[in-house]
Amino acid sequence: MTLLEVSGVSVSFDGFQAIDNLSFSIGEPELRAVIGPNGAGKTTFMDIVTGKTRPDSGHVLWGEENRNLVGLSEQAIARLGVGRKFQKPTVFEAQSVRDNLAMALKAPRGPFDVLLRRNIDEGRLHEVAAEIGLEDHLDRPAGALSHGQKQWLEIGMLLAQEPRLLLVDEPAAGMTTAEREHTTDLLNRLAQRHAIVVVEHDMAFVRRLGCKVTVLHEGRVLAEGSLDHVTQNKDVIDVYLGR
Amino acid sequence: MAVSESLPLRPTPRPATAPSTWVFLGALAVFTLVVTVMASQGMISTAFVKTLGKTLCLMLAAVAMDVVWGYTGILSLGHMAFFGLGGYMIGMWLMYARTENIVAPALAQQPLPPTQDEIRDAIGSQIFGVVGASDFPLVWMFSHSLVAQLALVVLVPGLLALVFGWLAFRSRVTGVYLSILTQAMTLALALYLFQNDSGLRGNNGLSGLQNIPGYEQVPQATISLWFLWASALALALGYLLFAWVVSGKMGSVLRAVRDDEARVRFLGYHVEGFKLFAFTLTAVVTGIAGALYYPQAGIINPAEIAPIASIYLAVWVAIGGRGRLYGAAIGAALVSLLSSWFTGGGAPDINLGVYTVQWTDWWLVLLGLSFVCVTLFAPKGIGGLVDLVQARRVPDRQGDYGPDKGAKRQEEGRE
Ligand SMILES: Nc1ncnc2c1ncn2[C@@H]1O[C@H](COP(=O)(O)OP(=O)(O)O)[C@@H](O)[C@H]1O
Ligand SMILES: [Mg+2]
Repeated sequence: MTLLEVSGVSVSFDGFQAIDNLSFSIGEPELRAVIGPNGAGKTTFMDIVTGKTRPDSGHVLWGEENRNLVGLSEQAIARLGVGRKFQKPTVFEAQSVRDNLAMALKAPRGPFDVLLRRNIDEGRLHEVAAEIGLEDHLDRPAGALSHGQKQWLEIGMLLAQEPRLLLVDEPAAGMTTAEREHTTDLLNRLAQRHAIVVVEHDMAFVRRLGCKVTVLHEGRVLAEGSLDHVTQNKDVIDVYLGR
Repeated sequence: MAVSESLPLRPTPRPATAPSTWVFLGALAVFTLVVTVMASQGMISTAFVKTLGKTLCLMLAAVAMDVVWGYTGILSLGHMAFFGLGGYMIGMWLMYARTENIVAPALAQQPLPPTQDEIRDAIGSQIFGVVGASDFPLVWMFSHSLVAQLALVVLVPGLLALVFGWLAFRSRVTGVYLSILTQAMTLALALYLFQNDSGLRGNNGLSGLQNIPGYEQVPQATISLWFLWASALALALGYLLFAWVVSGKMGSVLRAVRDDEARVRFLGYHVEGFKLFAFTLTAVVTGIAGALYYPQAGIINPAEIAPIASIYLAVWVAIGGRGRLYGAAIGAALVSLLSSWFTGGGAPDINLGVYTVQWTDWWLVLLGLSFVCVTLFAPKGIGGLVDLVQARRVPDRQGDYGPDKGAKRQEEGRE
């Protein structure tokens, strides 16, 4: 079943066409890698889906009812089940790892829900913390973590939200080889039940994901298919080698 | 360090309220008791008891300000408008009921017993004579009813904050622009109230508020103590309420909104809703603080709502230490008491030979300088001293965990 369908989306910043009549769709469950050179529009694509950037034209349709996400606020889209890990890890540095995760945990989000329902799902919190290897760091301020640990914390916050669609922007940056393997394993496991879009530069990482790949270039889809298929595509070779 | 890494740091659920809350409430209780004893022994004047009672109200306003600014990151420069509105709401009943108690017996002396309308007209001309009017404006509709006016103490600041906040937050006005907008709100309100036809006696304001209707026979010495107790109770309850609000997940979300509101949205939280919650709740508590303050001050006029009042409130919180409730309370107490000491001529003038420093003039300069110094050199304010003291003690007590984990504990202690 198609969970997200982006069709004919364009966006320009001060005349610069960052996304150009882009169409993209992903099912549930499905794992998809998005690759492309710097400035291809990968992050902007995620900005559009999550409501951060409003496209000039086109539709972003979601779920069984084909609801248009364009024009919805960031929090409304997040509540529908779209979770996002940012390219630059953005965790709440002044707060503990525990507080960061507790905020992300799936639970009612209204001010009075947050104020009155004080018990946190400790079991789930520890499960996530164990998954991201931060169980022994729960009481440390997030700002004191290493770059790689912050990446993990942000992934943990994404998991804690239990979204239907996970948009993961360059998760492996700053990770060791072992951590990259852990990340691909984790994504593969999650992909059995979720829709996941992973943006990554590292080809070895993408190969380990073993999924369909979409190549973006100058805001357009250049090629789509298996990794071997797209890496043999002439346009793709030009874009990657011609740089 | 190796030891600390291998120690399984069992995360314990955080206590609902930080220990500092109980220290603060204990100190407040002791303070109230001491002042009561000293006042009844005649060791301190009634005027000073009132000053202390008023200070407690200002502390409550500062604690509220800390929640909206220090925790949520909204630098409201209009919160004293809510304080003033609370004062006006209770002031209307105080003036009405007291005037009634004076006018009604006088009219009863006449050969024909007065009708309700006649009594009301007489009260009206008493109250509004100063602005050349005698009819009750619409806003005085409920002024005969204590219950109604008490409800308005909560409702008027609450509704103003709700509507203003909704409009401002919805259009995602933040930072300096939001601060300016709140200044504009309080300025507009003050200018409106300055007009004679605002219905609240223009620049005369409401006066005689220290006389509590029905208790005319009770000496002010006693009444001042009642208000001191009421103010202490309000501060204690307000402090507890806010300590509860800023603990746990709510506090977490509020601080997250302060530090990176865009990121909070992607977690699915409606940032504007949380801002509106903090803004409105603190406005209501500030209004209650004002309602307790002005009967002790005796008079309220539009100058009390002037933008500068709200700026002072922010200065107190900054000097006391943002982001910790007791810091705000200490800052408000210290600076407002020092302020009345300096401006009240308590501080001796300094004769420099060529120039005499008169503190009534120079106090503001001193305050301004302190504010700049705190901002530049001690952003944690007076409350930061507590960290210094704890930083000395904690490593000894928890040597096993190493300094970095000890440091974390302090942070939790103050949350
Ligand atoms: N808010 C913005 N304002 C102006 N230009 C932007 C903005 N966001 C992205 N861009 C531009 O759009 C292009 C695509 O950026 P981005 O989506 O971040 O690329 P990628 O993530 O694929 O490296 C870049 O040239 C970038 O400079
Ligand atoms: Mg990018």
